[in-house]
Amino acid sequence: MPDGVALAIWILGIVADVCLIVTSLVRGSFLKYFFLNLYVILSLSADLMRQYVLRAWGLDSRQYHYVYYYTDCLLTIALFVAVISLASRVFAELKLDRVVRVVAVLLLLGTAGFSYAVVAQSTQRLSTSFTSELSQNLYFVGLVLTYLLWGAVLKLHETRTRLVQMVLSLGLYFSAYAGSYALVNLASKYEVVLYLGPLLGCFLPISWSLTMLRHSEDSRLTPARLVAVQR
Amino acid sequence: MMAAFILAFSLLTLLMFFVSYCRSLTAASMHESLTEEVLDVTGIREKAYGRDYARVVQLLRLCPDRNDDRSGLQVVGAYYSFLNFLDQTMSKLSPAVHTWAEEERASCAHFAAVALGRRIALNREMMAQQAEL
Repeated sequence: MPDGVALAIWILGIVADVCLIVTSLVRGSFLKYFFLNLYVILSLSADLMRQYVLRAWGLDSRQYHYVYYYTDCLLTIALFVAVISLASRVFAELKLDRVVRVVAVLLLLGTAGFSYAVVAQSTQRLSTSFTSELSQNLYFVGLVLTYLLWGAVLKLHETRTRLVQMVLSLGLYFSAYAGSYALVNLASKYEVVLYLGPLLGCFLPISWSLTMLRHSEDSRLTPARLVAVQR
Repeated sequence: MMAAFILAFSLLTLLMFFVSYCRSLTAASMHESLTEEVLDVTGIREKAYGRDYARVVQLLRLCPDRNDDRSGLQVVGAYYSFLNFLDQTMSKLSPAVHTWAEEERASCAHFAAVALGRRIALNREMMAQQAEL
């Protein structure tokens, strides 16, 4: 990626992250959506840390390699927790939020165990291989959970506008990210596809900020309008 | 092969989430009825139809901008263009698509008309403040 474009996307990401944190503080929703904010704070810290290491040691250095994979793993875990926090809010009215949290912990441990089992079979048992494997698997679990969560939102006739739009933003993000990942594999010779992943990283904080700005916590919508084709 | 499958699946889910996201935006405005002022200015009678959208957007451009509805209007505008495209390409294959697209365009027009009402109110407030000065 050309340095200028990469730097522009990096700055956009930083601005988007700061926007969400400021918006949720101003709108008094920081603690209400704590895990979403935590993900964004970690993303901001990871971006700054990666940039520092990149400038100090270079792209091909071992230091950058370690920082990149460990922060990526940490961010995926934080995103998984953010998805679970939204799920527990959706299921809270059915008093199933505790069950959701227990299932989440089991899923996290199960994914970590599976990732370890995959890495243990390879000849190079590196901790970076484990973090990379865990990131990929947990990302996939998060994607499936988001789709299930959207199904639950429709089934339970969720009316809270903010919650609905935050789940939809996650769905858009995961779908677009999976698409960009496939595009990189299919058409890596086109440089433009390499920008998609980093650009999509800016989407979540921007979308969540707009949701917080546009709607109050009390804002409600008609659940029947969410189903694309009504029966 | 696997990458092509993932791409096709993700594009489908992306489309599904995009439609739902836009519907969640328009659904939030469905509670709000159109003011007499908006009905007068736009020529809408009782409820908005898809064909009203372009006229409402033209009127919106004449009003002072509001930061909080700009992004929503852009997303709904993209959704409206998508619905036009869908209607032009798919309605010959299935007439139900035309009916569905028309209902959706009507909700886009309602969303824009509600935004217009807010902008007119803001405009009045600004004029009142200027008059006080």
